[in-house]
Amino acid sequence: MDLGTLLHDLFFDYTLRTVALGAMVLGLVSGALGSFAVLRRQSLLGDAMSHAALPGVVIAYMLTGEKNTVVLLLGAAGAGIAGILLMVGINRYTRIKEDSALGIILSVFFGFGLLLLTWLQRRPDASQSGLTTFLFGQAATLLERDVIVMASFGGAAILLLLLFWKEFKLLSFDRDFGQSLGFPMQLLEIVLTMLLVVAIVIGLQAVGVVLMSAMVVAPAAAARQWTDRLGLMVALSSVFGALAGIIGTLISSTGSGLATGPVIVLCASFVVVISLFFAPNRGLLWNWLQRRRQRRRLQTGQILVNLYRLAAQHDDPTHAHNASVLGVMGARPKAVDASLAALAEQGLVRHAGGEQWALTEQGVAAAHRLLYPNEPASPSVNAQHASSERGEQKRGRESV
Amino acid sequence: MSATQIEIQAIAVVVAAACALPGVFLVLRRTAMMSDAISHTVLLGIVLAYFIVQDLASPLLIVGAAATGLLTVWLVELLSGTRLVKEDAAIGLVFPALFSLAVILISRYARGVHLDVDMVLLGELAFAPFDRLVIFSFDLPRALVVMGIILLINLAFILLFYKELKLATFDAGLAATLGFAPTLLHYALMGLVSVTAVGAFDAVGSILVVALMVTPAAAAYLLTDDLRRMLLLSVLIGAVSAIAGYWLARALDGNIAGAMATMTGVSFLLVLLFAPERGLVAVTRRRARQRWEFALAMLAVHLLQHEGEKASDENRVDHLVEHIRWQPDFAEQVIRYAERKGAVRRQAGRLHLTDTGRVLAQQKVIAG
Repeated sequence: MDLGTLLHDLFFDYTLRTVALGAMVLGLVSGALGSFAVLRRQSLLGDAMSHAALPGVVIAYMLTGEKNTVVLLLGAAGAGIAGILLMVGINRYTRIKEDSALGIILSVFFGFGLLLLTWLQRRPDASQSGLTTFLFGQAATLLERDVIVMASFGGAAILLLLLFWKEFKLLSFDRDFGQSLGFPMQLLEIVLTMLLVVAIVIGLQAVGVVLMSAMVVAPAAAARQWTDRLGLMVALSSVFGALAGIIGTLISSTGSGLATGPVIVLCASFVVVISLFFAPNRGLLWNWLQRRRQRRRLQTGQILVNLYRLAAQHDDPTHAHNASVLGVMGARPKAVDASLAALAEQGLVRHAGGEQWALTEQGVAAAHRLLYPNEPASPSVNAQHASSERGEQKRGRESV
Repeated sequence: MSATQIEIQAIAVVVAAACALPGVFLVLRRTAMMSDAISHTVLLGIVLAYFIVQDLASPLLIVGAAATGLLTVWLVELLSGTRLVKEDAAIGLVFPALFSLAVILISRYARGVHLDVDMVLLGELAFAPFDRLVIFSFDLPRALVVMGIILLINLAFILLFYKELKLATFDAGLAATLGFAPTLLHYALMGLVSVTAVGAFDAVGSILVVALMVTPAAAAYLLTDDLRRMLLLSVLIGAVSAIAGYWLARALDGNIAGAMATMTGVSFLLVLLFAPERGLVAVTRRRARQRWEFALAMLAVHLLQHEGEKASDENRVDHLVEHIRWQPDFAEQVIRYAERKGAVRRQAGRLHLTDTGRVLAQQKVIAG
C-alpha cells in the first residue's frame, strides 16, 4: 500500500477518516491535559483512572439500558471522579502512600467492574459485548457521531483549560503563592483533575484502558524536552498527540493484526525517544556533543599553552618542538595528534617537519590570551624585540 | 463442597498468599505501581519466550516473563536516571510501550494460539481445575502446583533475607554502608514480583495480581507497626478475601478473580474504617473526645484561676460565655460533661471546682 493511496484514503475512506479523526482528537486533548498531569507528578493518575472507569461504564449501562456513547462516557467519568475522591481521602486521612492508593483504586475498581460485567453477561439480556471494547479499545469501530461526541467533550475541556490558563499555571508551579493571593486552589485542583478525567474517558473507546495512560504521559514527556515554557509545551504536546494518533491510525490500516491502539502508543513512544535524544539543550545527543566539544576545547587549549610554555624556555615563541614532548606533559597521546591537526586547521600551529610543531603568530596570541586573559596586549613574535616589549609592557602596566 | 470447589478455593488462597508476601515490601518501599507495570509487561516476555519454544506450557515462559519484569525495572530506572523524565512518568512510558509491542506481536504472529490478551488480563479461575499435573502420583491442578512453588520461593526469600530486606526497606543508606547490596535486593524482589505475576496470570489475570499484592498489604499497614505481623496479616487478609470472593462469584455467577479483587477492596474499606487507632472511626472518636477533654481543661483552669476571688461573679454560668467566648449551648454541654466527670459542681447557678477538678486544673497549668 503506497503512501499516495494511504493519504487518499485518509480523506475519502469513511472508516479510515473517522478513526484518524477520533485518534487525532484523542491525541490532542490527552496531550494538552496530560502536560499538567506530567508536570504535577500525576502521570500514573491516568492509568489508575482509566482502569477505575470500568465499573462506571457497566453501571451506566445497567441503569440506562443504553449503549449510548454519551451515557457510557458519563458513567466512566463518574467512576473516575469517585476513584479520585477515594484516593485523596486515603492519602489525607491514613498513612497509606500515594502509589499504594493508586494501586488499590486501580485494581479494586477494575476488579469490581469485571465482576459486574461478567454478572451482566450471564444474564439473558441483550448483548453487552460493546462494553468490553472499553478494555482494549476498538478504534476501528468508531462512528462519526462517536467522534463528534469526543470532539465536543474534548473541545469543552480545552476551552476550560484556556479560560483558566493562568490559574492552572499557578496551581502547577506555585500553589502556595496562589493560595496566598486568594485563589481557590482546592477548587482549581478539582477542576483540573476533572478535565483530566474527561480527556481519559474520551480516549477509552479508541485505545482502551491499558494504553490510555501512555497517551496522557508520552506526548507531554516528549514536549517537555523541547521547551521550558508551559504554553509551548502544551501546544507541542497536543501536536505530538494528534500526530501520533493520525500516523498510528494510518500505519495500523496498512496491515492485518495491527490493532490501532497499540500502534498509536508505539508512535507516541517513538516520538518520546526521538525527543529524548535529539532535543536541543536537554537532549542526550545534544549533551553528548556539547561535552565532546568542551573536551576538545580543553585539549587543544592545553596543547596550545604547553607549546607556548616550551617555547618560552627558548625565548622564541615560535620555536618548534617534538610532539611527543607534549604527550609527556599531560595530554593523552592520541589527543595530541588530533589536537595538533585541529589547531593547524585554525592556523594556530604549523607543522615544522617530522615530529616538530610550532606556534604561528596567531597561535602565540591565542596562547597568551588563554594564559593571561586579563592582559590587553600580546607579545610580538620577534624574539629580538621580546625583552624590550616585555619591558614596555611592564611600564605600561605600572602606569595603569 | 465438591472437590473442584475446594481446589478452586485452595488455588485462590495460594495465589493470594503468594502475592501478599512481596506485596508488603512493595507497599513499604512505595513501589506499588511498579507491580502494575510489571504485570502488564510480562506479557511481552511470555510472547517472546513462546516464539522461541513454541510451547505454552514450557517453563521458559516464566523465565522470559521474569526477565521482562527485570527489564522493565531497569528501563524505568534508566529513563528516570537521565533526569529528563520523572520516575512516575518513566513508569507510565515504559510499560504501555512494551505492552503494546506484545499485543501487536500476538495479534500478528500468534493468532489462534491461546495467548489471548483477554485471558492474560482477566483470567478465569473457574477453569483452573481442568488443567492438571501429576506430581509424585498426586493429581493436582497445574495452577495449584505452580503457585504453590512460587509461594514457597517467595517465603524462602523473605525468610532468608529478612534482616536485609527489613533494613534496605527502612534505611537504604545504612543498608548500603553495611554492604547489604540494596540494589541487588531491589532487583531480586522485582524478579519475584514478575515470577509471581506470571504464575498468577492463568488464575487471576494481571490486573488482579495488583489487587492481591497491594490491597491486603495496605490494609495490614493500617493495623500494625511490626513487619512480621504485617506479613502475617496481609497473607491472612488476602486469603480471607480470596475465599469470600469465591463465594461472592458463585452467588452472582460472575468472574471469580474480579470478585476476589472486590473483596480485597471491601476488606480494605473495613480496615480503613474500623482499625483500632488508625481506623477512621477510631480517629474521629479520638478527636471528638480530645475536643471535650480540652474544653473541660479550659473550664477547670478558668475556675482555678478565679478561685478565692469574689467567686460570685466569675463562676456564674453566663459569665463563662463572655470570658471563654463559648456559645451558650456549647458551654452548657461542657458543664454537663464536666459534671459527669466529677470535676465541677453546680450550686445555686454557680460553678465550683471539686477536688478532682482542682487537681486536673493544676496539672494542666503546670504542664502548660
